[in-house]
Amino acid sequence: MPAAAVDRWLYPTDRGLYCEPAGVYIDPARAVDRAIITHGHSDHARPGHGAVLATPETIEVMKIRLGAEGAGRFEAAAVGRTTIINGVAIRLVPAGHILGSAQVVLECNGQRAVVSGDYKRSSDPTCAPFETIACDVFVTEATFALPVFRHEPATREVARLLASLRRNPDRAHLVGAYGLGKCQRVIRLARDAGYDAPIYLHGAHLAMTELYQRLGIDLGDIRPVPDVKPADLAGALVLCPPSAVDDRWSRRFPDPVTAFASGWMRIKGRVRQSGVELPLVISDHADWPELIETVLETGAEDVWVTHGREDALVYELTRRGLKARALALVGFEDEGE
Amino acid sequence: MQPFALLLDTLTTTPSRNGKLALLTEYFRTTPDPDRGFALAALTDGLFPRLPLRRSLATLLETRVDPVLYALSRDYVGDTAETVALMWPETSLRDPAPRLSETVAAIATADPPQIAATLGHLLDRLDVRGRWALLKLVGGAPRVGVSARLAKTALAEMSGHDVSDIEEIWHALTPPYTDLFQWLDGKGARPDAGSTPVFRPLMLAHAIEEQDWTNFSPEEFAAEWKWDGIRVQIAAHGPHVRIFSRTGDDISRTFPDVVSAFEGLDALLDGELLVARRGVVAPFNDLQQRLNRKVVTGRMLKEHPAHVRLYDLLIDGKTDLRELPFRERRTSLETWHARHAPPLTDVSPLVPFASRAELDRLWSDARQEGIEGLMLKRWTSPYLSGRPRGHWFKWKRAALTLDCVLMYAQRGSGKRSSYYSDYTFGVWREIEEPTAEGAPRGDIYPGHELVPVGKAYSGMTDAELMEIDRFVRTHTVEQFGPVRAVEPRLVLEVAFDAIFPSARHKSGLAMRFPRIHRIRWDKPPHEADTLDAARRLMGGTAAGNPTSNPAKSLSE
Repeated sequence: MPAAAVDRWLYPTDRGLYCEPAGVYIDPARAVDRAIITHGHSDHARPGHGAVLATPETIEVMKIRLGAEGAGRFEAAAVGRTTIINGVAIRLVPAGHILGSAQVVLECNGQRAVVSGDYKRSSDPTCAPFETIACDVFVTEATFALPVFRHEPATREVARLLASLRRNPDRAHLVGAYGLGKCQRVIRLARDAGYDAPIYLHGAHLAMTELYQRLGIDLGDIRPVPDVKPADLAGALVLCPPSAVDDRWSRRFPDPVTAFASGWMRIKGRVRQSGVELPLVISDHADWPELIETVLETGAEDVWVTHGREDALVYELTRRGLKARALALVGFEDEGE
Repeated sequence: MQPFALLLDTLTTTPSRNGKLALLTEYFRTTPDPDRGFALAALTDGLFPRLPLRRSLATLLETRVDPVLYALSRDYVGDTAETVALMWPETSLRDPAPRLSETVAAIATADPPQIAATLGHLLDRLDVRGRWALLKLVGGAPRVGVSARLAKTALAEMSGHDVSDIEEIWHALTPPYTDLFQWLDGKGARPDAGSTPVFRPLMLAHAIEEQDWTNFSPEEFAAEWKWDGIRVQIAAHGPHVRIFSRTGDDISRTFPDVVSAFEGLDALLDGELLVARRGVVAPFNDLQQRLNRKVVTGRMLKEHPAHVRLYDLLIDGKTDLRELPFRERRTSLETWHARHAPPLTDVSPLVPFASRAELDRLWSDARQEGIEGLMLKRWTSPYLSGRPRGHWFKWKRAALTLDCVLMYAQRGSGKRSSYYSDYTFGVWREIEEPTAEGAPRGDIYPGHELVPVGKAYSGMTDAELMEIDRFVRTHTVEQFGPVRAVEPRLVLEVAFDAIFPSARHKSGLAMRFPRIHRIRWDKPPHEADTLDAARRLMGGTAAGNPTSNPAKSLSE
């Protein structure tokens, strides 16, 4: 089956990736009539679309972030269920990135394309694992597409965090973590490792964490950081947005250990920039070996690379005899990781 | 190798000195010989001074790593050793990681053509952190924010010995320092320095304070100029000559001219290292040019000739003079110098004075290039290592000040990371030709623009730090990462020891020891100082003629 023909019905536009016969954009950068949203991160789930098709969890996330009016109409599509629009069969399957994250499987003219959104292959107790779907065209992200990125097992990084808490029983640990996905994963991993004390959250992380708990992810005793000088927070585990770690907000903690949970923490230059004492290499994106392994597993002859370090991935896949190209889609960021 | 790698890695993210000290002490206490000795060498003098690392790495990479992916990765990471450590292929069946001592032995015994292969085999046995540490180790300085002095302080903490007792024998010891650790662990005698030139910790002065003057009697003290160079100790034993900095670092290689001046002599001397041309002391900046060089060119020797102005004679041949009073040592120094007269040296002259009033006059007239102030030394004091009270006093000449305008502020680190605590400030310069963009910030002081003249991050109180922080946050005009450009509205009175020509700042000037002296909330920004006023302070000639410019001097 000639994969080349796929780009007659699926192609990049200045608004994002567009499936023409279905009249639908995937994670568009601007408001459109009809969008499929792979997951709730703000560079993928933007406001103002006419109709949004997404997993029920992603819709809940979007309602918190954008309000109930964030889109004209929300259409929940259960994972695995096929919806047919104008002859295009559309199905969402788990991507393993964050709660509710999905790949979009599109079938048209007997050809199949899979749009990965963001994904990872390593285990995450807060979301369903990535499912490999065989396809003709695989559209992949490339956030960590350089051979220097091989993420440590997240359990090992959280063990380091807990060891530091034990070593410094008088110092609060301020962990900068992205508020949707990373924060809840770190909490769940800490619980799995036996940490059962209350965990404190910056106000910006509260609503999303409560949503996770409502959707059945048990995160234990979660409390907001009190407004007063919290003397009893010595030795506590506190999660906050990365920007709050060295902002005025953090002054209420006397002599805290500062940490940042991110795939970027593998690079010492980024660690220095962040200025934290305890860098934790915890990523919700596929690392270099996972990206390559995933592409090969799908059996796709043609690989389209969306956002991140496209050059290296396109080079490596071409070297391995695949057809690969960069889509140069606009509007995606990787700083939040 | 793994414990050493963990130590290096943790040090890079530990901002506080005490935190670093605790890590080092713990490492030296728990790591067996000879590994800890090699680690100590790596953190102090370096382990492998001249490895063809760049070439070895290139050879290695060709066989293991794709060149395009390497180039893309190197661009992203920005550091060769780290890039190689991160992307080195992981083998699933790894031989056990080598110990640090095994690593050192393997590299030290490899023939130069074999170094690449040896490194490759070692890298195969290590995890990412170990690979990074190994490449830092062979690359020379690990740069983890640990000075040789801090490492020695950790040894002192671990053993309860005085750090000066360690420094005194340090230069007679060699890696892996097994005899040193035996002594520190209480299992052996203190290693004997023998006849090797060794460092004897210097005698340092206290800044003179008001109460020191109350019992001051002129006949009890000698006065000398305080020369603006770096304190050195020269240890000569026939053909072996070493020059030590104040902290005991061996800087002989940087000053081969001084080394050869002392060859053949047998003495231990204290003095000030300067750059002097035909007897005239050059600004400190000229000495700085030489201090920064590891390799000294002939041109450097010619254009920046070193000079040692001697202060004291500690040991003459076999005679230790340190117990003798300063008056007798001084006579011995003069006699010694008259007899040997090594080139590139002279004796720092005594400054005679009869009364406190005369001393005051000398001090306030001390504006000559190369003079930082006065030293007062008690005639009866023996030479005592460290900073004993009541013997030597330094009386630095008054600092210079300029009223500057705050231009940029940067976040600090560690405990100050939520505060804007590093300040770049400027003075006004007349705009010669208005550019197409119009006169920048001309609304504050029409026809003038600010040019940066210095950077300071100390001198203010905690309360003042908070006030400036608030000002910065409410007057930001642009933000670049951790740096904010602010509206030019806040005048800072900046104190500094000297100002000299430099390419570091756009003003063409740079300051020595700038610090925030006062915040001038009251002063309108256009009344801050001008570049011309700043230039007039060069060569320290300012305060002698206070009518010529608006800058003032203040006493400390």
